[in-house]
Amino acid sequence: MSADATNYYDRKGILGALGRDGLLQVILIANTILMLAPIVIMVFSAFKTTPQIFQSPFGIPDFTQVQNFVKIWNETNFLRYLLNSFVVTAASMVLILTLGTMAAYALGRYAFSGASFILMFFIAGLTLPLKLAIIPLFMLMRDLSILNNQLSLIFVYTAMGLPSTIFIMTGFIRTLPNELEDAARMDGASEARIMWSIMLPLVRPAMVIAGIQNVVPIWNDFFFPLVFIQNDNLKTLPQGLTTFMGEYTTDWGVLFSGLTLSAAPIIIIYIVLSRQFIAGMTSGAIK
Amino acid sequence: MGGSGRESNVAQLSLRGIKKRFRETAVLHGIDLEIGDREFVVFVGPSGCGKSTLLRLIAGLDPITEGEFVLNGTRMNDVAPSRRGIAMVFQSYALYPHMDVYENMAFGARLMGLTKAEVEARIAEAARMLRLEALLKRKPRELSGGQRQRVAIGRALVRKPDVFLLDEPLSNLDAALRSEVRLEIARLHREIGGTMIYVTHDQVEAMTLADKIVVMNNGRIEQVGSPRDLYETPANTFVATFIGSPRMALVDVTRDGDRLAVANGGAVVTGALPDATSLKLGLRPDAVQLHRGAGSEGLSAKVEYTEYLGDNAYVYARLADGTLLSARTTPNDLFAPDEAVTVTVTPGAAHYFSAEDGRRLNP
Repeated sequence: MSADATNYYDRKGILGALGRDGLLQVILIANTILMLAPIVIMVFSAFKTTPQIFQSPFGIPDFTQVQNFVKIWNETNFLRYLLNSFVVTAASMVLILTLGTMAAYALGRYAFSGASFILMFFIAGLTLPLKLAIIPLFMLMRDLSILNNQLSLIFVYTAMGLPSTIFIMTGFIRTLPNELEDAARMDGASEARIMWSIMLPLVRPAMVIAGIQNVVPIWNDFFFPLVFIQNDNLKTLPQGLTTFMGEYTTDWGVLFSGLTLSAAPIIIIYIVLSRQFIAGMTSGAIK
Repeated sequence: MGGSGRESNVAQLSLRGIKKRFRETAVLHGIDLEIGDREFVVFVGPSGCGKSTLLRLIAGLDPITEGEFVLNGTRMNDVAPSRRGIAMVFQSYALYPHMDVYENMAFGARLMGLTKAEVEARIAEAARMLRLEALLKRKPRELSGGQRQRVAIGRALVRKPDVFLLDEPLSNLDAALRSEVRLEIARLHREIGGTMIYVTHDQVEAMTLADKIVVMNNGRIEQVGSPRDLYETPANTFVATFIGSPRMALVDVTRDGDRLAVANGGAVVTGALPDATSLKLGLRPDAVQLHRGAGSEGLSAKVEYTEYLGDNAYVYARLADGTLLSARTTPNDLFAPDEAVTVTVTPGAAHYFSAEDGRRLNP
């Protein structure tokens, strides 16, 4: 046993050559390649024609070939879809973060009977497979007369996003020192002002986490628009893309360029928010 | 509402039968206390004695369960914290971390509805008093502990309150800074002249700062008095052992004529005695003398160890009944561990307490 162990350390294996950290680096680099490959292929394919995609799927394209993007611009409702996605996502995020932060503040800070029940009630929302309720939801939206209306999407997304937001925010708010609020109360701040001027700037890191967590699935959601929206002018990007996927079944180049355009805003938002998040983490310290 | 009081800065506080319960747990069992204008009052006591709770009740941060708090003749029980004319300095300073020093001080002043010029004037004045002028644009995280402490005091100052509450303000500072800020607080109290209520568990802070000390234990007031009162005539064994360092030794003795005897440890003459056969003898380090060797007149004891402090030394000796006693000696007069000594008491310097309830007995 011990002789084996000695042998093992004597041998110059990959572990010996690179060391523990080296191996970790290799794994992380491999992981990065795996994660980035689909995105890179998507962007590459956006600049190729369909035959080129099949001839050399991994080849580097001629980046001056923008006819796919021109086609999308000219022949589809792309801008309209993009705008719809923005409206629905932004409205949902505003509602989720506003309601979620307010609920989490109340749950995290005020001791009232039933507080833990309400928190459990919210968190139970995390366990519900919302898509199973699609038929009752459809009927509900029909009775509310908001089928074929972006309100139906905004409501569903808000309900979907609240549980995780409240979960994250409640935990974070509970870690903030009570004396800050006491100090603000002594200073004469109303409860609303304490939340707005003192707590809100401090919970920004948690809001960014909750924001990132929610904005991606909402932006990319395909299922609910498919069910609730029929009017072409109200379609969101993922749903709209399938429309011209039907028309251009064979034209993969156009599809990929559409995908690239649709993914671009969310990737940019993600990068910006990540920076914010890191900045927030380092500047929030109290003592 | 307190406005007339604020201009003249008069503050007369009365606490009448204050009780506080958190659900079933009683924390304060009826506090009666009068605090006069411009007094520097220190609440002192061990952790969990209710001193911080009492401070929060005065501030209005927690509701009073029972009893009445009156400030300048107005009942304050149901008045919002900011309308009581009270400002508070918190133990953790509780500076708003996302605001710079100026904004931290301006926040409360603006909420009072002051004009912009008035806010600026008050902050300038507070910054000058606390030497914060150069730091106004810094965030709290860019300040040292002592600077944060001064900002926290400055934030209270700009509101020009009738009463300042300070909750263990020095507990987060290192020893050197502590005595410096202590002096600063004493100076501020002289300059601004408001009533200050200061909470600490450190009896040195209490003794050096206070006009009046309130010693608390288990949600009750044990004694109220000037530092000299508490040191020279402690009302009971708790106050006697809490105030003074090294602490007063309490020896169980029985009276034998004009001498007090310790169980198998000799007897000692201490001067005039109270009228009781068995009592507790309280001995501060400066009330006793140690003599080398076993003598006939005095309490026999054995030296445990000696603390050398430069200008004097404390010798800790154990009496025959197991009580540890400390004696102040000159630094030249050092004793070896396990050396046998005889303890005598300066006549009139001892304290006497009832053996049953620990109350002070006067000769």
